[in-house]
Formats: sequence, C-alpha cells, structure tokens
Amino acid sequence: MAKLINTTGLIQDTELTQVTLSEWQENSASLKGQSLELVLTSDQTADLFGEDADNFARISIEFPKFTDGRGYSAARLLRERYGYKGELRAIGDVLIDQLFFMKRCGFDTYALREDQVLEDAIAAFSTFTAPYQNDANDQRPLFRRRLN
Amino acid sequence: MYVYDQYDQQLLNERVAQFKGQMERYLDGKISEEEFLPLRLQNGIYVQRYAPMLRVAVPYGALNSAQVRKLAYVARTYDKGYAHFSTRQNVQFNWPELSQCPQILADLAEVEMHAVQTSGNCIRNTTTDEYAGVIAEEVVDPRPYCEIIRQWSTFHPEFAFLPRKFKIAVNSVPGEDRASIAMHDIGINIVKNDAGEVGYRVLVGGGLGRTPILGEEICAFLPEEDLLTYLDATIRVYNQFGRRDNKYKARIKILVKALGIDRMRELVEEEFNRIKEGEGKLTQAELERVKQYFTDPAYKALENEPAALVEARSDNKAFARWLERNVRAHKKSGYAVVTLTLKQIGTPPGDVTAEQLDAVADLADEYSFGELRSTHQQNLVLADVEQAELFALWQKLKALGMATPTLGLLTDMICCPGGDFCALANAKSIPVAEDIQARFEDLDYLWDLGDIDLNISGCMNACGHHHIGNIGVLGVDKKGEEFYQVSLGGNSGGNKADDASLGKILGPSFARDAMPDVIAKILDFYVTSRHEGETFLEAYRRIGHTPFKEAVYGKAD
Ligand code: HEM
Ligand code: SF4
Repeated sequence: MAKLINTTGLIQDTELTQVTLSEWQENSASLKGQSLELVLTSDQTADLFGEDADNFARISIEFPKFTDGRGYSAARLLRERYGYKGELRAIGDVLIDQLFFMKRCGFDTYALREDQVLEDAIAAFSTFTAPYQNDANDQRPLFRRRLN
Repeated sequence: MYVYDQYDQQLLNERVAQFKGQMERYLDGKISEEEFLPLRLQNGIYVQRYAPMLRVAVPYGALNSAQVRKLAYVARTYDKGYAHFSTRQNVQFNWPELSQCPQILADLAEVEMHAVQTSGNCIRNTTTDEYAGVIAEEVVDPRPYCEIIRQWSTFHPEFAFLPRKFKIAVNSVPGEDRASIAMHDIGINIVKNDAGEVGYRVLVGGGLGRTPILGEEICAFLPEEDLLTYLDATIRVYNQFGRRDNKYKARIKILVKALGIDRMRELVEEEFNRIKEGEGKLTQAELERVKQYFTDPAYKALENEPAALVEARSDNKAFARWLERNVRAHKKSGYAVVTLTLKQIGTPPGDVTAEQLDAVADLADEYSFGELRSTHQQNLVLADVEQAELFALWQKLKALGMATPTLGLLTDMICCPGGDFCALANAKSIPVAEDIQARFEDLDYLWDLGDIDLNISGCMNACGHHHIGNIGVLGVDKKGEEFYQVSLGGNSGGNKADDASLGKILGPSFARDAMPDVIAKILDFYVTSRHEGETFLEAYRRIGHTPFKEAVYGKAD
C-alpha cells in the first residue's frame, strides 16, 4: 500500500467515486453532481478535459515511471490554465526525490510508493528555500520576489 | 562575469546538501540503481567505460581564475591530474570515485561552480559565442540572456523529466552563427528589428545524434521580455507531446518533424499567448540587474598597434603567425582576444593538466582581468589582453604548449572521448585524431590548407559533431572491428547566417591505419582543384561530392 501524505505527514484518504477520462466523457451528464475522482494516465493531457476540471473533487495523475514527466505539465496546466482548485494527487511511481517538483507544480497530496521512508519524504518538501521560477503556488519568479 | 548573490548561493548550497543526502540513501540501499541514475545524471555524473565521469557546468563558457584553480585542485585531488574541456564548453573529469562526488561538488560550490543538469533528460547548460562582450560585431552581449536562461532552467519544477535532453544555444552576431544554434533543440538568435528593438529569432528542432536535423524558424521576432515565457510554452508542448516510447525518437526535433513546424508553432503560440502577460514575463529591471554584471572591465585608453607589438611581429615569424591565427580584433582599441589552443600533438583534444590550469589562471590574472572562457571547439580564450602584452603572453603560452598557431586549421579538431573512455563507442577516436595530427604536422602545409573543421565521433551519438565537420569522421563497428566512415561538406554555421549543413557520407568505411592516407587524398584533391582563395568548404560546394569521392575511391566505371 502506498503511503498517502501531504507536505506535513500521513493523511486519511477520502472515499470518492473514481472515474477514468473516457468514463467521464461518455457519462458526464449522469456523473455530474457526484463526489468524483478523475484518475488520469500520463498520456492524457490537460487540454482534453481542462474545462470540466471543476466537476472533480480530486484529480489523480499517474506517474507510471518516475522518469515520465508529463504529469508535471498536466498539474500546472490544471492549476494555472484551468484554475482547478480541488485536490491534485500524484499516484503511481511517486518517489521522495520528485516530491519537491510535484509540490511546485500544484500537487497537494501524494500516494508515496510504499518502500519510501516517510521522514525523508517530509524533509524533501523543504529542499529549496527560494527557487528561481514561478510555479503553481507562486506566480512570481524570483526576479519579482527578491528583496534587493 | 555574473556573481552569485545570497539567493544563488543558497540554492547551490541546498543542492549540494540534497545530493549528499541522495548519495547516502543510495549507498544505504534506500535508492535503487535505476532510481539513482537520473539523480546522479542531473548532478553531472555519468558512468562510462572505466569509471564515473563528472561533468562540471561552465555556464556559457565563463570562468574566473579562482574557478580554474579549483578545477586544477579537483583534477589533482580526485582525478589523475587532468581535466577535459568538452564541446559544450563544460569540463569533464574522467576518473573520480562515485562516493567522492558529493565532496567534489561541495568544493566546487565554494567558487560558485556546480554540475547541475549537465546530464540527464533536462535543460542543459546554455552555450554561446566565446567572444561574447568583446567583439564589435555583436548586437548586444549575449551573456546576460544566457544567465537569465540559466537561472530559469535551474531546477525548473516542470522540466526535470523531459522525454530527452534539451540544449539551448544563443548567438548575437548578425550574419553569423557563432554558437551552432541550428543544431540545438532551441537556437536563439539575438536580433534587432526595424525599430531598433532587441528581440530574438527562434529556431527549434535542431540536433545531431542518429537523426541529424537542422533547426527550423518558429518565431521570426520575439520581443526581449518574452524570452522565458516563450521557452516555457515551447518546452511545455514538448514535455506533453514529445515521444517517450523510443529514446532515439524522443528529441524535440522528432516532434517538430512529426507535427510540422506550422502546427508546432500553433501549439506553442496558443500556450504562449495565455502566459505572456503573466508574472513570468521578464522585466526590464531584471534584465538591467543581470546586465550590470557584464559591463566592461576597467579598460585603459590605449592605441591599436603599439610599437612593441609592431616590432615583435616583424622580428619574429612564429609570433606573427600566432597573431594572425590565434588572436583576433577586440572592440576596444589597444586590446586583443587570444585563443589558447588545447590541441597539442600527443594529448587528446580538450585535455589540460592541473599544472596547465593553474598556469592559465595566473595568466588570466596577469593579462585578462582574471577571466577566461571555454569554447565549443575545446579551446580556451583570454578575452581582454593588452596588445602591448601579446608578445610576453605568447612566450608564456608557448612554454605551456598552448600557442600552436592552428586555430581553425585542420589539426584544431573536435574529437569525442571515444573507445578509450566511452562505453557506447563503436571505435576509438583519440588515436585517429593523433594519427592525423602527426601526419599533418607541417605548419606551412596547414596554413596553406586554411580553414577546415575536422570532427571525429566514436559512434552515432555524435558527441564529436562529425555531421557538421567539413570533414567528418564516424567510428563504426564492422563485425567487431573498428572502422571509420568519412563524410564531407558539413558546416556548423560559422561565419554566415543560415549556412549550416550536414555532411554527406563519402562511401565505404576505412580501417584506422588507412585514415591519414584517406584524409591526405581528400586534401590533395582540394589543393589541386581549388580556385584562388577558396576554402575547403567552398571548393567542395562548387565542385560537388562525386569528384571528391573519386579522388578517394577511384573512378567507378
Ligand atoms: C565518455 C562519456 C560520454 C558518453 C557515455 C556520452 C554519451 C552521449 C550520448 C548517448 C549522446 C546522445 C544523446 C542523444 O542523441 O539524445 C551524446 C550526445 C552528445 N555528447 Fe556525449 N557522451 C560522452 C562524452 C561526451 C564528451 C566528452 C563530449 C564533449 C566533448 C560530449 C558531447 C556531446 C554532445 C555535444 C552531444 C549532442 C549531440 C546532439 O546534439 O545530439 N559527450 N553523448
Ligand atoms: S560519440 Fe559515441 S563514442 Fe563518442 S563520446 Fe559520444 S557516445 Fe561515446
């Protein structure tokens, strides 16, 4: 079992009705209004359903291998392009050394792969204090944040 | 040169700590080999044939003397006493211990150096013209733009796991391509529009490797402040839609070919238009902040052609030769730009010893405001030398073996590490370079041949840029034996805009010991067929491929 975490520690899961993208696309009329979790595979890009994102309480983006970086763009686009405010969860091959990137791209919960050490994972969320770029949490790059 | 402030230094220190932790977890067995691989790659550590290799970033080729001394220290302390300058202006160490790498990175961080993103499927070191800031021809100094790109690309949250590596190069000289931008994933040409505003002409989809392709124009004029948002948009498209099923088809060049440049442009512009007026947009204040690090040093008011120089030149033929070949005009009167050639016979192209590095650092302090540049032709540059000091400098460089007056000539080759070091090699490349250097040692002959790029790669990954050598040599494997395929007519861009070209294969490959003769036949044919003043490339383009082929293989019936 994966360890479900946010940036501070283990969390309880909430039960939602899981749908895939094609299920949603075929049955959106009847699914609308339910508490839904959209489970996205890494080849499904945000533009395919971004306008509908508000219908989901949670969107879980799969990283089939940690080296498959498509989920970072999907997450940022959902947050920044489609204004998605619900829960964004990283699932699949979720490892300690990618958590900091995931957080910056707008994920807020993480299904950490079960062999990963919890304390190391929590520590990884504070790897860098002041990164250069803008990200999903702060639209200002460092050059708009720096004090001097 | 850019100087770190507290933000830059903090990020780098945090990076050193992060990698130290990762290495500890790896050595404790908490990270598997496969999962550690991209972590070490993004910290510059590549495992090659005999040992790991550490590739240290030299952002756009800029070095100061303290950094060069630190490289010497690393070479002496952790390696076999030498370092290697690569074709992307970086430095490689071929023999460090894996477990010592975190300590090396900590040592380097003391002088604002690192190995961040020098390998792996991420945005790599941005390269530019080694003469940036000191030649009159450029539109503006490209280095501030490179530094801005460096910061933007460093630990970019979204682009650490791209389909494949991603390389950006910047040129700022009109009518020339001084950074081979057409063979980069993104090539940026700094230009001015009719209104005199600075902006960029952007190329996308160039690259060598198995499928060499030249970049195509995606944007004719991008305003100055749109640089980072445009890069974000382009790479975001690539990250989502680039192929990930086959690593040989994963570079952005394949995506651009598959979509077509027009569709690619549409996708990029759609995303760009959304973000271009957002907070990610570069500001004039930031441009100014970074530019202030690249202002002119304290030049003296000096005359061109001082008497001491004129006299030494007429007294000493060897010095005159060196001046003509390895020294070029500076934008400031009384100064000159000097290239130190790392192409001595008997050492692999780009190799320097720790002693040479220390000596070069001293020379930089004494003659060039404490700064140096590395070049994509694997040489070094002292950019701000007083003309009156050239003779003294030349004597010292000669003693160091760095004054061979062969810049741009046949023996100023580009060569990858090849089978002597690299596990991917089909064939050795360094011995071929050495054989050719030994055969064509005669300076008068080399001078008579004039400008020729000869590039050698040990396999089709093309680290030695063989596709864009006027003469390209590629190591191939034929039933377990090392053979070499020759191509002609490649061009890296050089002194004409949009003039880059890929070489064409001459014919069946050759055994190693035949190579000097093959090169000799090609050169002899050029010498007897050229028109007055025609370079090798010009002659090849005029005469065509077949006559050269016949000169080597004989006429087909
Ligand atoms: C000895 C260890 C090395 C190994 C194992 C290695 C491996 C590779 C591989 C696999 C590629 C192809 C990547 C691709 O096409 O996507 C590549 C490309 C490249 N390498 Fe190396 N390399 C090594 C050393 C070097 C050195 C020393 C240099 C510089 C002198 C260098 C410069 C390059 C360049 C410029 C490319 C890019 C060519 C392109 O645009 O496709 N490499 N290398
Ligand atoms: S071209 Fe091939 S042989 Fe040469 S360094 Fe690159 S991968 Fe190795």
